[in-house]
Amino acid sequence: MAKKSTETLVGVFVLLGIIALAFLALKAANLASFSAAKTYTVRARFDNIGGLKKNAPVRSAGVSVGQVTSITLDKNTYQGLVIMKINESVQFPVDSSAKILTAGLLGDQYVGIEPGADDKNLANNDLIKQTQSAVVLENLIGQLIFNKAADAGSGSTPAPAPGPSLAPAPAASAVVSGSKK
Amino acid sequence: MRQRETPYAPTPDRIQKGPGSDADAPEPPTRVPPQRPEAGLNSDTFIQIDHVTFGYDASRTILNDVSMQFARGKVTAILGGSGCGKTTLLRLIGGVYKPQQGRVIFDGTEIDTRDRDQLYAIRRRLGMLFQFGALFTDLSVYENVAFPLREHMSLTETMIRDIVLMKLNAVGLRGAAQLRISEVSGGMARRIALARAVALDPEVIMYDEPFAGLDPISMGVTANLIRRLNDTTGATSLMVSHDVQECFAIADYAYLMMPGGIVVAHGKPEELSQSTDPQVRQFIRGEPDGPIKFHYPAPPFAEALGLPQ
Amino acid sequence: MIALVNSLGQATIRAFTALGHAAYFFLDLLRYTPSSLRRFGLVVDQIHAIGYRSLTIILASGFAVGCVLALQMYYALVPFGAAESLGLVVNLSLVRELGPVVTALLFAGRAGTALTAEIGLMKAGEQLSAMELMAVDPRSRVLAPRFLAGIVSMPILAVLYSAIGILGAWLIAVQLIGVDPANFWSIMQSKVDVTRDIGNGIVKSFVFGVICTGVALYQGYETQATPEGVAYATTRTVVFSSLAVLAMDFILTAMMFSTS
Repeated sequence: MAKKSTETLVGVFVLLGIIALAFLALKAANLASFSAAKTYTVRARFDNIGGLKKNAPVRSAGVSVGQVTSITLDKNTYQGLVIMKINESVQFPVDSSAKILTAGLLGDQYVGIEPGADDKNLANNDLIKQTQSAVVLENLIGQLIFNKAADAGSGSTPAPAPGPSLAPAPAASAVVSGSKK
Repeated sequence: MRQRETPYAPTPDRIQKGPGSDADAPEPPTRVPPQRPEAGLNSDTFIQIDHVTFGYDASRTILNDVSMQFARGKVTAILGGSGCGKTTLLRLIGGVYKPQQGRVIFDGTEIDTRDRDQLYAIRRRLGMLFQFGALFTDLSVYENVAFPLREHMSLTETMIRDIVLMKLNAVGLRGAAQLRISEVSGGMARRIALARAVALDPEVIMYDEPFAGLDPISMGVTANLIRRLNDTTGATSLMVSHDVQECFAIADYAYLMMPGGIVVAHGKPEELSQSTDPQVRQFIRGEPDGPIKFHYPAPPFAEALGLPQ
Repeated sequence: MIALVNSLGQATIRAFTALGHAAYFFLDLLRYTPSSLRRFGLVVDQIHAIGYRSLTIILASGFAVGCVLALQMYYALVPFGAAESLGLVVNLSLVRELGPVVTALLFAGRAGTALTAEIGLMKAGEQLSAMELMAVDPRSRVLAPRFLAGIVSMPILAVLYSAIGILGAWLIAVQLIGVDPANFWSIMQSKVDVTRDIGNGIVKSFVFGVICTGVALYQGYETQATPEGVAYATTRTVVFSSLAVLAMDFILTAMMFSTS
């Protein structure tokens, strides 16, 4: 019962809506990147995941190769278990290492993968054995003060600065990555 | 007691209705305040209002123990001033409301307002002309008349067109078929509404104030249409009005109601014109003062002006 | 004093009765909506009246708000050296919040009042009674198509609002202010998630569509059949729709965008 002109205009209206939605999804959001690519799952355990969030990118040499799909606490080892999906076109050797890095000085955190040298590659659901946790600001400050005190105190070789991964994991690392939220 | 009404399918035979086909009409009520109607009109009651009391809410009673009978194939007028419940009566017949007391009986079956199928079947046989037409403003004249045809029957466009043009022709507005509702005058709107009301050839046509606000020519046209429609289709017509002259010209029987929802008189128009009942006389002759007082109840005038009694 | 408490109690009872009445009405609308798909021509007519006719104000408003957002956010971000994130900020503001909410408020004002007035006048002109006496349920033929049209139109309008807002922001940011165009889009693309942001925005606008259309139809259907009654009803449509939209926005935002 609708007139021809009415139907046409409604069609135009709906079409405009679809175009706008497509514009938003493709040009203004991240639809174009990950939808079609096939991925495989890789796991890693960290002592401290810092400010890493779900859907954070996984990068190698700075190039985006995957996404973090879930972050949970591993109840057996009390470490943070990060599960990520990586594009199938990119393969990493089994002895690759994963680090939690920060984009820029105060940016979001992401997982950086450095490839190892093994012949075999990571298969689906494999575990990355070598990991380096996020930098925790309090520990850094603590080390700085400790070193300064050691320097001033003894004058002998300063104690080797323990790597960030050996430091016990205090809670609030939100300071490092909290600015952008 | 209440029978299921089967869905009604329109057939050509129905247009010629003779008396005597209504074998299961209920007995007329024995307790009737005014005189009983004559046997000739009584034998074929199509719609009966049986001691109905109704009010929209508990405080106001619109209809007070009203009993009426509408004979098949006849034009019956319901006269009365404003506020005596005439329009409410039509709505009760249409099953819109349920009376607090009493029954409304449609073609031998009591109307149950909760039974949607029965209501649907009854309303298919009913056509109502509203006071100002109640045409659908978003449709054209043609579409308005075609509305009941489209909703209740599956006809081809050609058949719909034929019927719509026939109905519009019967009311003299075939040339106005393509106008929009905003473009038609009041009198035309009522005629279009009439065409729409009879689109499905209903057995009962109800007119709510068909003459209100019309010029003399339009009034004559409308009265003519009502009578002719009734005679050619054999439908039962109910007219609610306060225009005594026009109603008496075309009605076979009339009921007179007073504010408070009571029937004070009924009979053939000739009988009512010669009635000696003061209420009837005041209404029929249009006398300003009588049983219905001119003055709204008030204390004496001298007292209001502060003059000594 | 007793009289005050008494009238308070009565007012509360009236409010709850009205709420219950409205709830029944909503359920009825939902019940009749599938059948209105059979009268699809009516639905198309209504999408034209409700959705298409709102385009002008939605597009104009979206564009203007996008431009203003770009300007305002630029001045706010510059002290942090984060002017390059202008696109991202504008996008998120529009897609998550302003798009659905402002569209809903404008919709309530433009299309909602039109619906209320139309239905109220149909009721005053006895059109709904006439339909009922012709054994056609007015809820199925008049209300349900308009409801369906409303809940279809609202997400479309919200998406259009956001899209044209971003375009307006782009115009101001890149052409006028001089933000780097590549950064404008790339930072936006990297941080805006389709399901989370755009998807939730659409869900919000859908809910707002249900609210605004439902309230408008209810007020029209229940109005007193007088000029004052219709005027009062249109005011109530705008007020109730707006309040309900803002309240639901808070609830939905808390549900959807709490940091997970």
